[in-house]
Amino acid sequence: MSETKKGVRKNVESIEQVTIRFAGDSGDGMQLTGSQFTETTAMMGNDLATLPDYPAEIRAPAGSLAGVSSFQLQFASKSIQTPGDEPDVLVAMNPAALKVHLPELRKNGLVIANSANFTKRNLSLAGWDSNPLEDDKVMGEYRLVQVDMTRLVTSAVEDLKLPNKIVARSTNMFALGILYWLYGRSLDPTKDFIKDKFKKRPEIVEANIRALDAGFNYGDTIEAISTSYVVAKAEMAPGVYRNIMGNQALALGLLAAAHKSGLQLVYSGYPITPASDILHMLASYKNFGVVTFQAEDEIAAVTATIGAAFAGALAITGTSGPGLALKGEGLGLAITTELPLVVINVQRGGPSTGLPTKTEQSDLNQAMYGRNGESPMVVLAAATASDCFMMAFEACRIALEHMVPVLLLSDSYIGSGSEPWLIPDLDTIPEIKNRKVSAGGEDFSAFQIASEEAMARSWAVPGTPGLEHRIGGLEKDIITGNVNYDAHNHQAMTDRRQKKVDVLANYFPLAEVLGEETGDLLILGWGSTFGAIRTATLKLQEQGHRVSHLHLRHLNPFPRNLGELLLKFPKILVPELNNGQLVKIIRGEFLTDAQPYNKMQGRPFVPSEIERKALTILKETSNVS
Amino acid sequence: MSADTAAPAAPALTRKDFTSDQMVRWCPGCGDYSILAQVQKTFPDMNMPKENFVFISGIGCSSRFPYYMDTYGFHTIHGRGMTVATGVKLANPELSVWLVTGDGDSMSIGGNHLIHLLRRNLDINLMMFNNRIYGLTKGQYSPTSEKGKVTKSSPFGSLDHAFNPPALALGASATFIGRSLDVDAKHLQTMIAEAYAHVGTSFLEIYQNCLIFNDNAFDDYSDKETKGVRQLLLEDGQPMVFGPERNLGIRFEGHRPQVVDLTNGKWSLDDLVVHDKTDKMLALMLCDLTYQPDFPTPFGVIYQVEKVSYESQVYQQIDDAIEKLGKGDLKKLLKSGHTWTVD
Repeated sequence: MSETKKGVRKNVESIEQVTIRFAGDSGDGMQLTGSQFTETTAMMGNDLATLPDYPAEIRAPAGSLAGVSSFQLQFASKSIQTPGDEPDVLVAMNPAALKVHLPELRKNGLVIANSANFTKRNLSLAGWDSNPLEDDKVMGEYRLVQVDMTRLVTSAVEDLKLPNKIVARSTNMFALGILYWLYGRSLDPTKDFIKDKFKKRPEIVEANIRALDAGFNYGDTIEAISTSYVVAKAEMAPGVYRNIMGNQALALGLLAAAHKSGLQLVYSGYPITPASDILHMLASYKNFGVVTFQAEDEIAAVTATIGAAFAGALAITGTSGPGLALKGEGLGLAITTELPLVVINVQRGGPSTGLPTKTEQSDLNQAMYGRNGESPMVVLAAATASDCFMMAFEACRIALEHMVPVLLLSDSYIGSGSEPWLIPDLDTIPEIKNRKVSAGGEDFSAFQIASEEAMARSWAVPGTPGLEHRIGGLEKDIITGNVNYDAHNHQAMTDRRQKKVDVLANYFPLAEVLGEETGDLLILGWGSTFGAIRTATLKLQEQGHRVSHLHLRHLNPFPRNLGELLLKFPKILVPELNNGQLVKIIRGEFLTDAQPYNKMQGRPFVPSEIERKALTILKETSNVS
Repeated sequence: MSADTAAPAAPALTRKDFTSDQMVRWCPGCGDYSILAQVQKTFPDMNMPKENFVFISGIGCSSRFPYYMDTYGFHTIHGRGMTVATGVKLANPELSVWLVTGDGDSMSIGGNHLIHLLRRNLDINLMMFNNRIYGLTKGQYSPTSEKGKVTKSSPFGSLDHAFNPPALALGASATFIGRSLDVDAKHLQTMIAEAYAHVGTSFLEIYQNCLIFNDNAFDDYSDKETKGVRQLLLEDGQPMVFGPERNLGIRFEGHRPQVVDLTNGKWSLDDLVVHDKTDKMLALMLCDLTYQPDFPTPFGVIYQVEKVSYESQVYQQIDDAIEKLGKGDLKKLLKSGHTWTVD
């Protein structure tokens, strides 16, 4: 297929999937550029997944390696689960971006570089001795389009007489324009976005739109790029879609839970990367009746949540790893007082302050065990960005129906990564019941188990006549809730707290295996590794290997058929973005020879890593037998 | 409630209604007994349904208080009563929330929460039992212990300078600062009622004797011999008079306070400072008198101003947002932003 425009003959090829990466200085607007490509691509019906990656510093020194910000996106005409392996295209806005990201570009991949920024100073800041764009040793394995975006944008907006700063800030739209041309995207959604975002600054609207058009036309004109690509719509289940980030989905899930439970939502949080978005979003939903409370610290946030739960609200707090550490004592109180609340941990790299903007799954042990005493806690984990919606809803449902605090794990990768979301029909989501009581009989005791099956006590909230009672962190009498230090009572209460968690397995869905329920290898994952494991598993299955994938959303308790499923595989591989936390629990619980596969680089797995690891294990197995 | 829909009047509550079935486990003779008794005596007069009272506490001897009140109660963890109470009030502003804390609980481990509670001004009544010692952990010096205090953890004398609780509260923008004494039943009852009536966080410091680890710490204010010269009972709009025969007073010499004798003919009531509880500079001076050996210690309402409560603003903001933007439509919100349809 070909078309002619402005005299240059261009090929148009159809491809199934593409991975692109925008990289530049923190001030170059790469996150905005990436998210615009994402929005447009989502609307064009491709499946997609994104990986934003930015420094912890708000403005690291311009041009430095530390200041490089990037946004990777995979889109496809088929179902995909990850933001892609090696990028096919790298947009490098400066030498530092090229230095950081070039090694990951696939061989023969396309580099689009803004040559204007390859100045002597920037080259030296990035540690290049000479200009790599002129060096065949560096660029020989790649296709290169170098373009002075700054000059072209400057001439496109010359008559507007804008300050250089505004012109420079529009070059990202030029880069976006080239990629829009390359993949046949519509410019309209981004133009609408620009018009809305800068509606009070018409000159900025004009500059950005002209830069976008100039980039698009540039792609159309130059001979260096001879082919553009078509990525057909993906086959997706019917329905209305939007693109969504995990943190957005969490906030909406909480709102849906408030709606379906009829309770006042009280969300307390202390600003912390990468969980603050949840607080920001809920704070903007005031007209939905949401109470948000920015507490003075993490401890205040969790204990205010405990107070709100005591008083009868749907009480939530959100944080990231270091914040969860501070909340530990409070969570012990929530566990012992059996109050319904939800704690969200959007994990990041640790220990200590660690890698605030990078992803990791290293808080599983903290979630399971990070409190004094025997204090078992319900732990759930969302698998993808869109999964965050239902998992947040589910966490609230469990808390309210079972009078128990619930810890929901997410992480930076799915929290700020995005994918298309089939918007659920609110009417089909069931109501959430709770354990509130309006009156008690003569023998009413607040702490008595009201439902043996659900292991839930009643929720007698302040303001209810006749049900006045006291609770606290001291050991409680198993019936009345009054202080009780009796030896057998403490044993009974310890057992009761464990049982409260254990019985939930009866309510959780059974674990499901992708692929056959028996085979040579089971890849067992939890949380955000879902996409990489699923992609790798599908590929291995295509190659004829007897490999299956089991993914856990319920970590404490486990689904009740987990042990039985694990027994059906001679080898189990557990890929985790930590040093082997789930694998140790699995080995301890089920006495299986589960093998760890760990990565601690602040980044998610790519499918090829898991595929390679699985192949190694399969090879070992076949050699032995 | 309007007259024509009036429910049958609930029988008047009595002290007994606020007494729980739990055995009180403070040491015999502890000042806490008196405070508990004054609260239980005062509450029936507040005309609030019993179920709307909530007692929240942290950790320490004082924090066992909620167990002994037959109301809703929550004995939380060390230093966090302030924040649990905040959560309760945010979730249900209709409740009358009472916070029982001590000098260690509120000024040491919970110091951060105390200042933020005060600056936010939630409508919570905070009673800080100040015994200037750690009692429950068996006798270490506290943030309000006098410097040089010999305790188990400071056998050669403590090095810490003591906090001045009302001054700390003033610095944190408290809207009600009061002080009373455990054994002064009448005064304490009045102050409890004043704290209840105040909209916003009431910071009521109650000097409380710990007869085991810091006995006689406040004898100056209860002994007949010394009480007169050591205690300045504040009354709003009244000159600052004290002394065994009401023979002494406080006047300003320039901007510094001075104790004067009203019997030597040189000074009269007209020369004295008139207490104005809304005057912040005056409050600062009164707070400062706490540790001045040559001055009496002020009791009563040191400072009180009107300021909107935090939780009423929270719900006002929600109402305003609904008025401005319309009541949120969740279905619409889920479908906001760019959407597309797959058939």
